[in-house]
Amino acid sequence: MPAVILKNPSDFGEWRGAARDLLLRGAAPDEVEWRTGEISDLFDGGPVAAIPRAGTPPRVPEAFLELAEAVICHSDPARFALLYRLIVRLQSDRHLLSVAFDEDVAAARLLEKSVRRDCHKMTAFVRFRETPGTQEGRRRFVAWFEPDHHIVARTAPFFARRFSDMDWMILTPKGSASLNGDTLSVAEAPAQKPVLADPTDALWLTYYANIFNPARLKVKAMRAEMPKKYWANLPEAALIPSLIANASARVAAMAEQARQNPPAFHDRLRARRSTEEAPAPIGDLATLREEARTCTRCPLHCHATQTVFGEGPEAAPLMIVGEQPGDMEDLAGRPFVGPAGKLLDSVLAKAGIDRSAAYMTNAVKHFKYEARGKRRIHKSPNAGEIDHCRWWLGMEIDIVKPRLVVAMGATALAALTGRKTKVSDMRGRMHELAPGRALLATVHPAYLLRIPDARLRKEETERFRADLETARNWTYD
Amino acid sequence: MHPTLMERLAILSDAAKYDASCASSGTEKRDSSREGGLGSTEGAGICHAYAPDGRCISLLKILLTNFCVYDCAYCINRSSSNVQRARFTPEEVVWLTMEFYRRNYIEGLFLSSGIIRSSDHTMEQMVRIARELRTTHGFRGYIHLKTIPEASPALVEEAGLYADRLSINIELPTDAGIAELAPEKRPDGIRRAMAEVRLKIEEASEPTVRTKTRQRFAPAGQSTQMIVGADGANDATILSTSARLYGSFALRRVYYSAFSPIPDASARLPPTKPPLMREHRLYQADWLYRFYGFGIEEITSAQTDGMLDLDVDPKLAWALAHRERFPVDINVAEREMLLRVPGFGVKAVNAILAARRHRRIRLDDLAKLRVSLRKIRPFVIAEDWSPLRLTDRGDLRGLLMPEPVQLSLL
Repeated sequence: MPAVILKNPSDFGEWRGAARDLLLRGAAPDEVEWRTGEISDLFDGGPVAAIPRAGTPPRVPEAFLELAEAVICHSDPARFALLYRLIVRLQSDRHLLSVAFDEDVAAARLLEKSVRRDCHKMTAFVRFRETPGTQEGRRRFVAWFEPDHHIVARTAPFFARRFSDMDWMILTPKGSASLNGDTLSVAEAPAQKPVLADPTDALWLTYYANIFNPARLKVKAMRAEMPKKYWANLPEAALIPSLIANASARVAAMAEQARQNPPAFHDRLRARRSTEEAPAPIGDLATLREEARTCTRCPLHCHATQTVFGEGPEAAPLMIVGEQPGDMEDLAGRPFVGPAGKLLDSVLAKAGIDRSAAYMTNAVKHFKYEARGKRRIHKSPNAGEIDHCRWWLGMEIDIVKPRLVVAMGATALAALTGRKTKVSDMRGRMHELAPGRALLATVHPAYLLRIPDARLRKEETERFRADLETARNWTYD
Repeated sequence: MHPTLMERLAILSDAAKYDASCASSGTEKRDSSREGGLGSTEGAGICHAYAPDGRCISLLKILLTNFCVYDCAYCINRSSSNVQRARFTPEEVVWLTMEFYRRNYIEGLFLSSGIIRSSDHTMEQMVRIARELRTTHGFRGYIHLKTIPEASPALVEEAGLYADRLSINIELPTDAGIAELAPEKRPDGIRRAMAEVRLKIEEASEPTVRTKTRQRFAPAGQSTQMIVGADGANDATILSTSARLYGSFALRRVYYSAFSPIPDASARLPPTKPPLMREHRLYQADWLYRFYGFGIEEITSAQTDGMLDLDVDPKLAWALAHRERFPVDINVAEREMLLRVPGFGVKAVNAILAARRHRRIRLDDLAKLRVSLRKIRPFVIAEDWSPLRLTDRGDLRGLLMPEPVQLSLL
């Protein structure tokens, strides 16, 4: 049986060269023995060389390279043969790696997982200790780590990306890595454990001991993620036994602690707060808006982000009332800023109305919706919610005293008239809302957005614009 | 005597441990070997240690100060507590972060604070620390900043320039609970802060018209935390609040924190052991909602009292209550239904979907995917397996109950 002797236990390039040669010679997986060692000649005698090379170079999928680069780092001596068996099988079965439960694939995935985990734990558990002296202004750090697999070369670039402004060295029984200035070097030779000490470890231990919550002891969960084999090189692990041993006593002490009087500054805070009484309402829009912020007249406030109050000049001659804030209005805290608001803006401009001169508000001040997946689907407010919120709308009208109020949609119309009315029954004519105050009914711009037919949508948008022109002429002429 | 840095570190990390989040994942890629400075972020976070409470230690999680003008009943730092008080200077926080990071103890900083003087004063100090770390010290590691309630939008905006993640805790699942236990906090103010962050994140993710580059604003998104078991809210209430928070504010995570007894506790709170299993079930339900296509209603309707079953996980509870949907043929079923099989995770489902394009799948094949056959046998049909009447057996729940596990050494 031919033997392949690899110099480096985890050099994927070396293995790949050997595997390619074997494949070209048509060597069957069970004919080859893989070893690592110091023999310079790749093939240790045997009849392999006698087999003539066969035609086309072997091809492997990208996914195999990624898998093999990890598996080669494993310490299992069978990894080379397993990978060669996979590469041979892949020549006739391109989809082999998609079959996760195939025996060879599953075995390789297991090795891959174990290597990835070892690499990850190395990035987590290496502890640098500072050593005296600097080189051209760069501080120097040394770490000792004991990996399960041949992962130093694979993991070293991570440390180079992270710790680029200091010189460092990571020593392990399976090789070492170091950064000096810009130069990252990796060596295969086993290193000796150095003697390391760093006074900053004491602060880290203080942190570790105090971030631990003794009331929720879960030792198994800790050990699953930080197995004991790593403890020897983790300075904080020395605290674990005493933290566990004292946990229950600390929890009991908390429960038995006698109730104490609050500290003096708490009483001072209390006293100060009681003198900071809220100012009495003075009946302007700003006060009303502030009061509306904490409105709890209906349950909608718990679900919505915030009260979306009206905005505009305090003496605007024109007031526009919509239904309720939508998704965007709820987040931004301003009326008519979502898709319907954008449409309204453009039609207002065409109708010659300056939005900033009008008072814009909604019949209902909180967003009502249904959570569906990660989206919020608009729901129309019910009669009770409209009724609760009428109080605010009434106050807004009383303060602003507009000459004309435009009701957009049935909800606004119901809130303004106090009864359920069809928009189509009242649309296009002026009605008296109160002496000296007119009401004009039209559709809500969101209705226009929902019309699927483009021609019809255009017609309806024109009618909407005509309504707004009527409003402009009545208000400003 | 002024306490030493070490004494203050002890106080201010003890004060920070009730925040469950320690995530350092999901941010942009940064690499000090190309950009200069110190540190890197590469997508996945790293847990640098685990404490005996089973929690990961990824970040230096500290308070700037534990003085606080608020008096939230569940909080160790409330103004009426007799806990020892301390504060760091911004320079000390910067120094600790850099030195801890250099030694590979941490991925970065999670900075929170009690509220001193005013919300804006507190937030200003926190933003200053993040700014110093990024600009003066070239720190490229992870920064999570807690947003202080009622802080001004300009400060939140600046925070998002330097921080990877911003978070503000909703604290309790209902507004009534907040009013009762955290009377100075305003739920609408908290929600408004989350809305602001969401809008800023979305605004920043749009490429600018001129340069086509994206701005940087909290690239790891925002999260929040709810305390479980301090008020009377049931699991259905908690999870529907989560669903609303995910939907409204595009949160990356809602953390659930089992209410844990604190020293010098308020008389208004249960002095009991933290409901760890309940917390665990809530996380499982949260996962089902976000990654497995379950609705909150489906998850919580298995029991009549709005609580999740503590004995079996929520997916198994749903399957046991919906036997008519099983068994599922793994060789033909849609992805959505495979995800509903108790015992299948997203990885196993992906493996099944990839493999069945080329082979018929047998029951034993699943064992090689590291799936528990005991768990899935009643719910699947495979090439060589049908559960026959097993799916409908009255004692199925008992057969599938996990062995009692020892949760702690207590």
